[in-house]
Amino acid sequence: MKVLVPVKRVVDANVKVRVKADGSGVELANVKMAMNPFDEIAVEEAIRLKEAGKVTEIVVISIGPQQAQETLRTALAMGADRAILVKVDETVEPLGVAKVLKGVVEAEQPGLVVMGKQAIDDDSNQTGQMLAALLGWAQGTFASKVELDGDKARVTREVDGGLQTVELKLPAIVTTDLRLNEPRYASLPNIMKAKKKPLDEKSPADFGADVAPRLKVVKTEEPGGRKAGVKVGSVAELVDKLKNEAGVL
Amino acid sequence: MAILLIAEHDNASLSDQTAKALSAALQIGPDVDVLVAGKGAKAAADAAAKLKGVRKVLLAEADELAERLAEPFAALIVSLAGNYDTIVAPATSSGKNVAPRVAALLDVAQVSEIIEVVSPDTFKRPIYAGNAIQTVQSTEPKKVITVRTASFQAAPEGGSATVENVSAAANPGVSSFVENKLSESDRPELTSAKIIISGGRALGSAEKFQEVILPLADKLGAAVGASRAAVDAGYAPNDWQVGQTGKVVAPDLYIACGISGAIQHLAGMKDSKVIVAINKDEEAPIFQVADYGIVGDLFTILPELEKAL
Ligand SMILES: Cc1cc2nc3c(=O)[nH]c(=O)nc-3n(C[C@H](O)[C@H](O)[C@H](O)COP(=O)(O)OP(=O)(O)OC[C@H]3O[C@@H](n4cnc5c(N)ncnc54)[C@H](O)[C@@H]3O)c2cc1C
Ligand SMILES: Nc1ncnc2c1ncn2[C@@H]1O[C@H](COP(=O)(O)O)[C@@H](O)[C@H]1O
Repeated sequence: MKVLVPVKRVVDANVKVRVKADGSGVELANVKMAMNPFDEIAVEEAIRLKEAGKVTEIVVISIGPQQAQETLRTALAMGADRAILVKVDETVEPLGVAKVLKGVVEAEQPGLVVMGKQAIDDDSNQTGQMLAALLGWAQGTFASKVELDGDKARVTREVDGGLQTVELKLPAIVTTDLRLNEPRYASLPNIMKAKKKPLDEKSPADFGADVAPRLKVVKTEEPGGRKAGVKVGSVAELVDKLKNEAGVL
Repeated sequence: MAILLIAEHDNASLSDQTAKALSAALQIGPDVDVLVAGKGAKAAADAAAKLKGVRKVLLAEADELAERLAEPFAALIVSLAGNYDTIVAPATSSGKNVAPRVAALLDVAQVSEIIEVVSPDTFKRPIYAGNAIQTVQSTEPKKVITVRTASFQAAPEGGSATVENVSAAANPGVSSFVENKLSESDRPELTSAKIIISGGRALGSAEKFQEVILPLADKLGAAVGASRAAVDAGYAPNDWQVGQTGKVVAPDLYIACGISGAIQHLAGMKDSKVIVAINKDEEAPIFQVADYGIVGDLFTILPELEKAL
């Protein structure tokens, strides 16, 4: 079975982004970029399924600018077999991404798509569910465990009250949560090998996908700040402040 | 300009996240119908009918809706969508699961986790773990929106809407429910608690977490939260995680114990009314958002605090 893993190039999770002074967006010049952490987990899961003999080929795909190649090379170095870059310079909304991915799925015919639950830049948490909808497939979102068994996948999901397990008919979409696995680092020899793995370049038009934005971003601003308060010297002082100053006890 | 609000419930009772999302919906427009999809969910529907401002409650019951599986649930919402311009869901795990599926089936963009209604088609939402706030306008023929419930007050009771039965849509039949393993607790829920006490990596083990954090929570009538590091290490269950990719909370009082204050954690709690930080490192970033900080060892401070209450 072939697995497709979409990976997004995002601002590194350790960077505290700043809003541009003119309110037109966030400052992205000279900011460290990386693979979306949930997508690293997705790549890792695909590799583990391949190592377990349940998967034969892992295709990674990114929709983004030329530099998204680096993100794809990282996935190849981790252990993916082949990569596709769908080159777009503008921001593509989740629905547009899902439309491109639908085209890729139709061309590649994977038995499973594993992707992140959320991109840590737009924090949308939409694309996997949208792709499942467009394909008419089942979805197992926020996965902390995935078991493949014949033509079915059993997915344990992190939900508000605890854990929920569902069974999905394959092909299906799985989106990853933090506890699914711990992604490996690519070794130096594998980074070298990844340079020779195939990476195809395509455009949204190759998949007949309309990626024009539907939403208008009116402005981007700093969040309302919170200033540091006081340090108290003892537990007694803390309790007194909480009771008599803040009135929350 | 009617609005369909997707209720959050467990069949037996209505979650107060529904009442919070209702407040957001009423800021978008006055004609709000509530959809309760489930099995044996009459009690939840009756509770929704009592919320002030609800025009009508739609109750859809079927086996495959008992656990609100995304595929039949989305099909149901799409079958009702013709009567509505806007579909609103609380950004709970169930709402986040189904809403984008509905949006894609309707071929419209979704606006996720709004924190403010600027006008009926314009909303504010956080991006980059809350480090920036975007104002977005949706001119889609149908708007699909999820609501960050921590940013809205619960709508009060005082309504008496009618409950109307609607039929479930055809089940796509691609998924089935296997089991739930839900945390059982008498403590308040994280998303509705007035006080939250949260523990981080510093707790060191599940035993210590239970020994030090839980008695204090019980004394305060508080809910218990955790950082990702504490959950990943198995000190606390996944549904206690507060943060960018966990739960977003805004209680009256949030007590962070042995939590450094990474941006991903702050994203989930920095709108709390009063924040207390207990950390042995006086440089820990959590102190930059705390109203009251104590520098010291939580293993001596927390038992002291429990005694002082
Ligand atoms: C994609 C992604 C998503 C994430 N989502 C979340 C999320 O939703 N929620 C979240 O919380 N994190 C999230 N994180 C993780 C986040 O970046 C931090 O790693 C995490 O919050 C750290 O947890 P911590 O503060 O418990 O641990 P640490 O950062 O290790 O901090 C422990 C603190 O305890 C203090 N300490 C140690 N011993 C004592 C003692 N005896 N007494 C008092 N203080 C003590 C230390 O001084 C330190 O400040 C995410 C990360 C990524 C990459
Ligand atoms: N531009 C993109 N290229 C590849 N994958 C993407 C892209 N945008 C989103 N995704 C995938 O969709 C997931 C959820 O993203 P989002 O819905 O934007 O939060 C990500 O974790 C990725 O797996």
